Amino acid sequence: MLIDGTLGLVDVEEGIKVIPGANTIITTLDKFINWGRKSSLWPVTFGLACCAIEMMAAGSSHYDLDRLGIIFRGSPRQADCMIVAGTVTKKMAPIVRKVYDQMPEPRYVVAMGSCACSGNVYRTYSVVQGCDLFLPVDVYIPGCPPRPEALFNGLIKLQEIIMKERMRWSPLK
Amino acid sequence: MEPPKIAETLKGEFADDVIAVKEFRAQTGVTLKKDNILQIARRLHDAPEFKFDLLKDLCGVDYKKIKNPRFEVVYNLYSITHRHSLRLNVQVSDKESIQSVVSVWKTADWHERECFDMYGIVFDGHPDLRRILMPEDWDGYPMRKDYPTAGPEDDPGAEWGGFREVLKKAEDFKKFGWYK
Repeated sequence: MLIDGTLGLVDVEEGIKVIPGANTIITTLDKFINWGRKSSLWPVTFGLACCAIEMMAAGSSHYDLDRLGIIFRGSPRQADCMIVAGTVTKKMAPIVRKVYDQMPEPRYVVAMGSCACSGNVYRTYSVVQGCDLFLPVDVYIPGCPPRPEALFNGLIKLQEIIMKERMRWSPLK
Repeated sequence: MEPPKIAETLKGEFADDVIAVKEFRAQTGVTLKKDNILQIARRLHDAPEFKFDLLKDLCGVDYKKIKNPRFEVVYNLYSITHRHSLRLNVQVSDKESIQSVVSVWKTADWHERECFDMYGIVFDGHPDLRRILMPEDWDGYPMRKDYPTAGPEDDPGAEWGGFREVLKKAEDFKKFGWYK
């Protein structure tokens, strides 16, 4: 098909142009890769306490995380994102860190619930006062436990963060 | 048999060991000295009229500055056959150890390990007395009254080694991240 040059490029969204009649979309590689990443955020199947129950509820049919492209994976090696759902004890911390270290880049961490954010009321000898002490957390979701809607909101926030990333696919940066 | 009557019988049989019998909200508790706990447990378990075949719970209590001797080991017993229950409070001082009742109730194995883990009470004759909840190289007994609730917060050097390693690892691995 011939391209009608007189029509020019059509802006469909900021930074995304369509060539009319050519079935072609022009955008930046950043936008394209980030879109791919945010549309298939696969978290590790991994929970620590009561927040994990709420996370499971969010994943099940009533709330259904699948419609955001979020599918829980059984192995950290296939995952992009880790939802730290629950109280992290000091005894558990090395294991949580080990799971995180097994994930391939790019990887994201969501601290779900007050315990993962700050230790909550458990200012005790055995509880880590916030999992950001040993993990680079991207999104904090408060609540005890947060409702599935709150988890959704947090994950949508994470998607927004991913969309704003620049050159996270290149070693040159 | 009614629990107060069991306590009376126990007092008759082990007069030297029973310190007091207490009633509270229809629960009977017997305070005991620690020396003959194994015989008493064996008797309560085996005798057909008592038949305490279930050890519901075994736990420790720290009575620092409240009672002397400092610790108590509490046995909550129940008889499935007779449907009666009894509580034994056994006094243990700071430096003493107490006989294990694992040979009577197998359940006591992990309960005694927990009691040891949290209070540092040593159970003689226990088959495998290790920590059960805390990491094996943990320092101190967290449920003791003189243990700081938040742990050794102001002294980073006193932090558990395993956790310090994680913090170090997190710092060391930062340079391999794609970002940040």
